[in-house]
Amino acid sequence: MQKLFRFATDYVGYILKGGVRFYAWMGTLALFIAGMLYVFYLQNTEGLIVTGMTSQIHEGLYFSNLVFLVGVAAGAVTIVFPAYVYHHEGMHKVSVLGEMLAITAVIMVMMFVFAHMGRPDRLWHMIPPWGIYSLSSMLGWDVLVLTGYLILNFVCGFYYLWCKYTGNPINKKWFIPLVFIAIVWALSIHTVTAFLIATMPARPMWAHTVMPIRFIATAFAAGPALIIIIFLIIRKTTRFWIDDSAIKLLTTIVTWCLGIALFLTLSEIVIELYARTEHANGLYYLMFGLHGLTGLVPWFWSAVVLMIGAFILFLTPSVRNNMTLLPIACAMAFAGIWIEKGMGLIVPGFIPTPIGEVTEYYPTFVEWLMTLGIWAFGFFVLTILLKGAIGILLGDIKFGAQAATAK
Amino acid sequence: MLSLSSLMGTAALMTHSDDAHAAAEWGEHFQKNYRLMTEQEKIEARDRLQRRYSAEYGKPVSVDITGAQPGVLMGYALNIRKCIGCRRCVHACVAENNQSRGTRPGEKIEWIQVLRMERGKFEKEKMEHGYPEGLGIQVGGNAYTPAGQVLEGQFRYTPEAVPEKDATYMPIACMQCEKPPCVKVCPVRTTYREGDGPVVIDYNWCIGCRMCMGACPYWARRINVTTPVLPKEEMNPVTHYLGNRPRMRGVVEKCHWCLQRTRQGRYPACVEVCPVGARKFGNLLDPESEVSKVLERKNVFRLKSELNTFPKFFYFYD
Repeated sequence: MQKLFRFATDYVGYILKGGVRFYAWMGTLALFIAGMLYVFYLQNTEGLIVTGMTSQIHEGLYFSNLVFLVGVAAGAVTIVFPAYVYHHEGMHKVSVLGEMLAITAVIMVMMFVFAHMGRPDRLWHMIPPWGIYSLSSMLGWDVLVLTGYLILNFVCGFYYLWCKYTGNPINKKWFIPLVFIAIVWALSIHTVTAFLIATMPARPMWAHTVMPIRFIATAFAAGPALIIIIFLIIRKTTRFWIDDSAIKLLTTIVTWCLGIALFLTLSEIVIELYARTEHANGLYYLMFGLHGLTGLVPWFWSAVVLMIGAFILFLTPSVRNNMTLLPIACAMAFAGIWIEKGMGLIVPGFIPTPIGEVTEYYPTFVEWLMTLGIWAFGFFVLTILLKGAIGILLGDIKFGAQAATAK
Repeated sequence: MLSLSSLMGTAALMTHSDDAHAAAEWGEHFQKNYRLMTEQEKIEARDRLQRRYSAEYGKPVSVDITGAQPGVLMGYALNIRKCIGCRRCVHACVAENNQSRGTRPGEKIEWIQVLRMERGKFEKEKMEHGYPEGLGIQVGGNAYTPAGQVLEGQFRYTPEAVPEKDATYMPIACMQCEKPPCVKVCPVRTTYREGDGPVVIDYNWCIGCRMCMGACPYWARRINVTTPVLPKEEMNPVTHYLGNRPRMRGVVEKCHWCLQRTRQGRYPACVEVCPVGARKFGNLLDPESEVSKVLERKNVFRLKSELNTFPKFFYFYD
């Protein structure tokens, strides 16, 4: 117990130590977080009328980010899987960082759920024993798998760090099975999120069997793309070295998952637009506009350019092996998928409505500020978690270390 | 989360401690899902609401909690040949069911939509036109017109007079499906099918996640993006708990076949107001009811029947 208390104080103490740059970064993020809190207050006093959402298009920027971030959370498995299944040396060293990213992404998802809900004050209605848990609802399942994934990553990640901190050996009897459960669980969170929207025949844009695999493919491209950027920043700003072998394997994963994602998108376009039934109206609206409304057309084509551009860059050896150019390709892939799977997938699902009304959705300033604020909060949490984890991996935070220096 | 809500409740109590309104809200906030309430709890919930509504709207408001009547399964039939597109049903529905009637986008809520369908026009000159034009054997023609189709986004029509010469009409609202997709996706079971047929919502239990709106193939559901705009003098004080009682910000609402009327043996407002008698309502289990007679003798169809939702709302023509 005393050890646990020391762990907490050492951990917090280490994180609080930082230069001007660290505090400037955290301060800037805090500003956005304050903005987010204000618009959250606004949404829960004025109502969702301060957003661009309507009865026609009732899921927007929040739901888009939610779907995307579930993918980022699942994407962390691209580190854990090679580390524990293929015993990849470079990945094994950093697998805990992947778990920290997963924790952050799930927390962000939950915040977007709060932002999305009309009555967040009634969330307890879905938590037994006070509320009702509905097994027939995909949203119920999504909440279950996401909470489970958060717990799994928290336990695996912090138990690993705890062992490093105390110097105790890891109890592999339960740790390894738990890691394998977490790997399968990662697939489940994104599959269920895909089921969430693909099980509604009322929305033909989404009611596809291809949706779960498309979600997984884009997740395993966007997730590791972000991880590569984070790893390169860690190499630059800390003494912690991440092996090239880890980054190269991640690059390969991003490349081919991005390739599969592009292939699936192309297949969908051919199948939908060849027959061109009314069910293709959503996709048509996204690509070319419908009834004179073209709000998402630039979004879609910029996503296409970003994704194809990134794919070509990843295939070019002089780019993928160059650690200054690689983040550019990663950022392009990340941004492209953020558009394609976010606004580009969610919003056209509502255009036209099931009875044929064509309307458009424009996120308001409130929604942008909320979104920025939640992303800022995510980076805030991620900075803390990564700093703490790296401190422990480097041996800067160690049980008994302070006592030794005090002598 | 529970602690957050209790904090908010406490805050409400502390700020207007002498206000009956706050006490009512406090009680409302912690009540159970309506379907799981005991008879006693239902009565308490009703009394709480009656006190709050009466104070808010400055007149005695009744909240009915009459349950499903044994031997009754409600059904609806609409004669699309008779509908003249006057939309009196839409307005009667809004007045009866206390919908929001503001002016900002999202503040105006209507449960019935009257779709305007094109009659179309086929011309002799178009017979030979097709594509590809002047090149090989044509893949298809261009002589089509959108006859019997709802044009994208064109159902909000404002004609000088109805019926229009070049249009037919098809009113739609909640189909009260026997296998409602909206009920299946609700994570808190706040929307459910009542024993006598209608799909209802406990507005006090709804968390505003809007999954039901995504799942509905008939676009029957609306979200209250803000506190509904309901002028005191226009408010209908005869309400039902699962029906037309005033809603709050952030919850979903829809047609419930005027439970406040139909459970007392009256017709829904839309049936009563229809000037051409296109709308029929009754008990599907009673062979003598109008609806049963329609099903027995007329050609009927269900909207989007391929989705297996089994609406209890039938269209027919004679």
